[in-house]
Amino acid sequence: MNQDQENGEKRENGAVTEMERRDFLKLGLAITGIFAGGTLLSAVSVVDEVFANREEIAEHYPYKPHYSMLIHQDRCIDCERCVAACAETNNVPEYGYRTRILEQLHPESEGRQTEFIPVLCNQCNNPACVRACPTRATYKDGENGIVMVDKGKCIGCKTCMSACPFNARYYNEETRAVDKCNFCYDTRLSRGEQLTACAEACPAGVRVFGDLSDPESEVYRSVHNIEKAVWVLRPETGVKPNVFYTKG
Amino acid sequence: MADNVSTETAEAPLAESAILDSRWSAAARALRGRLYLMTLVLMGLLVVIGTAAGIHAKYIGSLHAYGVSREIPWGILISTYVFFVVTSTGLCLVSSIGHVFGVRDMAPIARRSVFLAVATIAAGFYVIFFEIENPFRMAVYNVISPNLTSNIWWMGSLYGAYMVFMSIEFVLLVRKKYELATILGFLGVISGVAAHSNLGAVFGMLDGREFWYGPFMPIYFITSAMMSGAAAIILFTWIASKMSGKPMDEPMKRALEITTRLGVLLIAVILFFTVWKFVIGFAGGEAKVLALDSLLTGPYSFNFWILEIGVGIVIPLLLYIKSRGRNLNLMALASAMMILGIFFMRYDLVLVGQVVPVQHGMQVTDYQGLLSYSPSPHEILVVLGGIGLVGFTFLLGEKIFSGHKSEAH
Repeated sequence: MNQDQENGEKRENGAVTEMERRDFLKLGLAITGIFAGGTLLSAVSVVDEVFANREEIAEHYPYKPHYSMLIHQDRCIDCERCVAACAETNNVPEYGYRTRILEQLHPESEGRQTEFIPVLCNQCNNPACVRACPTRATYKDGENGIVMVDKGKCIGCKTCMSACPFNARYYNEETRAVDKCNFCYDTRLSRGEQLTACAEACPAGVRVFGDLSDPESEVYRSVHNIEKAVWVLRPETGVKPNVFYTKG
Repeated sequence: MADNVSTETAEAPLAESAILDSRWSAAARALRGRLYLMTLVLMGLLVVIGTAAGIHAKYIGSLHAYGVSREIPWGILISTYVFFVVTSTGLCLVSSIGHVFGVRDMAPIARRSVFLAVATIAAGFYVIFFEIENPFRMAVYNVISPNLTSNIWWMGSLYGAYMVFMSIEFVLLVRKKYELATILGFLGVISGVAAHSNLGAVFGMLDGREFWYGPFMPIYFITSAMMSGAAAIILFTWIASKMSGKPMDEPMKRALEITTRLGVLLIAVILFFTVWKFVIGFAGGEAKVLALDSLLTGPYSFNFWILEIGVGIVIPLLLYIKSRGRNLNLMALASAMMILGIFFMRYDLVLVGQVVPVQHGMQVTDYQGLLSYSPSPHEILVVLGGIGLVGFTFLLGEKIFSGHKSEAH
């Protein structure tokens, strides 16, 4: 409840302060840094060197709510209901996608040899696409951290598509703008829904959508759990994704 | 024929051979005139067809008209844009040695170079107009919603300024207002270097793309611009001299001799850069090695070894050296080869940066091996339209400004 009130205040105040942003970058560095170091430890042990306790960490997230997604990679069975739900909800044309399922083969593996990796826009804290866009058509939302596209400003130079380390963007012929996942902000979240279309459609509980700045949320608890191996895609690019992956 | 007649009739009155000579030169003039007109019409046709293809592509959508995709969003139109603006910046930089920085021997090439710099930047804008999905939005939002961290924004704005400076400079050169022209030329150099290094940074600052990432690109772009500029000056001056039917005068020959020496130096520097790009790249990550392999032994190896290294670098270097800067035909041949080679250098640079999928390191079955791209007919026609625009403008410029005759200033 206390948290909610604070959220309200944050929204009224608008953008986050520079100090908060810097602190969060430190946190992001800690999270991705561990993985880049090659150990799949939890983030929280290193985070604790910077922040005293969970409340303080939560407070220092630059966005409230700080939308993020945790993907239980081993649970995905490639039914692609998420892809269909996304396409229907967000008017994604045949030739494009905002989310998809990639397939990894491990013929050397004991037991299961195929793994599926759902991918979508990582809503990065340091987004390469936002830096590259000449007209600020794509931008990081000051409140919730979602990387948005202002369709009317997109000139279609496609630099954001080249810049994105995850190939999360495509050019939409119908809207004449580059299109990407926005966590269903316009189609669901802003209309009071709690989940993205993909998270709701998933029958296997692969996609856990939530607020990373809320200590009660599952994403928070998993990402900050020393027992859990959590990682992000392509940490070496330094973009600091907000889509996390885990198993189990 | 004329020579034969005049030697056999050595005893004949002088008047007769003079008549034959003048008939001969009249015939040559008529032939040149016809050739000029035909080339002008051909170039004009290329522009018309290219424009029609570009407009049609806009109408049916790039998804259907162009060979680019989600994975390879930048194709031959981007590389051709780079090619034209590289040439323009090079023309500006090489010619500025004479008319901005006061090396008098280089002054004779000034006017034509500045004119061609404007023509080639215009061709660059022509191609990018059909590449960008919403060019009209660009005109509006580049102004009212600028992103100062975006290289594309800087590049576009600075090249806009560059084109204005160069156009004004040309007018001033024509009106013989040399002091003012020097100032405008200087502004052109500044904005051209800033714009062009930003174009390099458009690629160099994409840290998700290993082949491009790093400070190499802006430096490489400026150097290869000067190499292109030297080649363009030599080739177009040679064509202009053939068109006029008069032998080139000595100051112009001298200017081209220096330009050739500069060309040799710049080719050597580019060769040096290329060697180190590979040596350092092979010590890098797997994605970068894959990209380099696509040039050395993979799908881009013909482009790389034959067109880039052979036609674009090694043979021109040897021809330039053999010409000693005096054999104009050899120098023109070398320059034409270089320009062709550089066109493919730009193509490879843009494409090879994208052929390794960004998901490469994830080892997923969906993205194994290299991505592929081939230019669509629409894209090729727009490229030809851009080439036509340069040719048309050049030919017209030679007539209107009567061979860009300029005195030293």
